[in-house]
Amino acid sequence: MQRELLKFALFAALVLVVAPLYFQGGYILNVLVFVGINTMLAIGLNLLLGFAGQISLGQAAFYGLGAYVSAILTTTHGFNPWLAMIFAALAIGALAFVIGFPILKLKGHYLAMATLGFGIIVYIVINEYVDLTGGPSGFPGIPNLSIGSFSFDSDMKNYYLIWGATLGVMLLAINLARSRIGRALRAIHDSEVAAQVLGINARLLKVQIFACSAMISSLAGSLYAHYITFVSPSTFGFHFSVELLTMVVIGGLGSIYGSFLGATLITLLPEILRTFHDYDIIFYGALLMIMTIFLPGGLIQGGTLAWNFLRKSWGGKGGADA
Amino acid sequence: MLEVKEITCVFGGLVALDKVSFTIRPGEITGVIGPNGAGKTTLFNIVSGIYSRTAGQVLFSGRDISGLPPDQLARLGLVRTFQNIELFGQMTVLENVMVGLHTKSHCGILACALKLPWHLAEERRIRARALELLDYVGIADLADDSAASLPFGKGRLLEIARALALEPQIMLMDEPAAGLNSRETWELGDLIRKIRSSGVTVVLVEHDMELVMDVCDAIVVLNLGQKLAEGTPRQIQDNSAVIAAYLGEG
Ligand SMILES: Nc1ncnc2c1ncn2[C@@H]1O[C@H](COP(=O)(O)OP(=O)(O)OP(=O)(O)O)[C@@H](O)[C@H]1O
Ligand SMILES: [Mg+2]
Repeated sequence: MQRELLKFALFAALVLVVAPLYFQGGYILNVLVFVGINTMLAIGLNLLLGFAGQISLGQAAFYGLGAYVSAILTTTHGFNPWLAMIFAALAIGALAFVIGFPILKLKGHYLAMATLGFGIIVYIVINEYVDLTGGPSGFPGIPNLSIGSFSFDSDMKNYYLIWGATLGVMLLAINLARSRIGRALRAIHDSEVAAQVLGINARLLKVQIFACSAMISSLAGSLYAHYITFVSPSTFGFHFSVELLTMVVIGGLGSIYGSFLGATLITLLPEILRTFHDYDIIFYGALLMIMTIFLPGGLIQGGTLAWNFLRKSWGGKGGADA
Repeated sequence: MLEVKEITCVFGGLVALDKVSFTIRPGEITGVIGPNGAGKTTLFNIVSGIYSRTAGQVLFSGRDISGLPPDQLARLGLVRTFQNIELFGQMTVLENVMVGLHTKSHCGILACALKLPWHLAEERRIRARALELLDYVGIADLADDSAASLPFGKGRLLEIARALALEPQIMLMDEPAAGLNSRETWELGDLIRKIRSSGVTVVLVEHDMELVMDVCDAIVVLNLGQKLAEGTPRQIQDNSAVIAAYLGEG
């Protein structure tokens, strides 16, 4: 318990203090803000996929809905952005709860198809409902978040704001994972029938966690909209849902810190691979294949192996429990 | 306590259970025996709500429970173990039992995520209770081992401890002695008696006749989906139809 808290505190300190010192503003900082947003999204999906064992290919839709609800409420209707953000998360959580009941009855490929379908529907609605969303050309002029006269109008300010929120979500997810709910989710993942005969209402719990993951995605979407101040449908398409899935799997299913590692790698990789110009997509694909073949437990497994190896070779014993 | 009334279950063209009826009396250990494929596991699957019946009724304490989902039945006090042990292999032995205590704890998602004080208190209580249960079946020393690493016999005990966590009124055990050596089987017999004397009604599907005849108060015999006989262990041992069914099977 204490160790878990210490680990989190170290991680938070690293994020909040060290990183921006090295990157005084500019492009890299912008990428690091996206690492924060993607970490939050990956954690949301990991609760569903890594813990409960339920796939979703529609996470980008919840992300997009959060972004657009915030954009429309604040810009078109003049709502307070903070209230709009909370409203969006609650409304989208409720939506996920309602559609979750029929959808999460499905398993495996069928669940993947159904969530994919949901993602496509949302994408089309955002694209076609031009009066409301601005359609394919996007929705400009979203205000930055502000507290009184203090406006989150720079990369640095948004870095702290968004990473603050991500750390908050991270801590909640860590707590949840180590609670009776986390155990019940893992039980459903291992054997739904065995979980049910122990009195766990698997159907309800799956829907609840689906709603939680939708709320986290929505929150990330709202923060994104107020940071970039412009949203367009292409950000929230099927492609991004797959990218999120990749982050979670590459990072390590069921590991919260793994989601951070996966989000970091997948967000930074295109920037790094840019040097390969037209061949970057090949390197990207090859890397993902190699990773899944040799590190099926994800980056977090690789990290744990390396850590144990180091400790052994320095004469220590015992293992890390990342 | 538990009344099975004309239960029929058809899979495609196969009649796995054909109008099976019997009554289980509270406080007794009832054996359900029969050759392979007789329909014993199917019967458990229907009673515990995992399969749906084709026809018939199951009454539990006088209440019609046919068609209720397994989690609701579990909360009503009807639990079961599986022929092929169903442990949560990713968790420790202790955590497996803590999952069994899910219905004995109540913190919701928010309380757990925010680590509210009463959640911490509840977690401590569950942990202590889980250790007690492990101690009850005699594997408390393995609490922190991974459930997947347990030898078969200990896995069976863990599954029993996990089911007992629900404080059931009735417990269905599907071949708990399968894969156990003779010493483990004797200890299991003692454990089953101990469970019964703590007030739990036990229904035991088992191929180990020595164990069945030793612990059971009553026995129901199934063969090819039909009830062949019913009575005390004595009566069953002397029943010519039962002997024929077992010998006929080889
Ligand atoms: N889900 C299913 N679908 C189709 N047939 C099934 C199913 N479950 C069981 N059966 C069939 O029903 C019959 C009874 O099976 P059941 O598993 O209940 O037997 P059993 O008495 O438990 O046997 P054993 O002693 O080998 O465990 C068998 O012929 C089996 O093949
Ligand atoms: Mg069977």
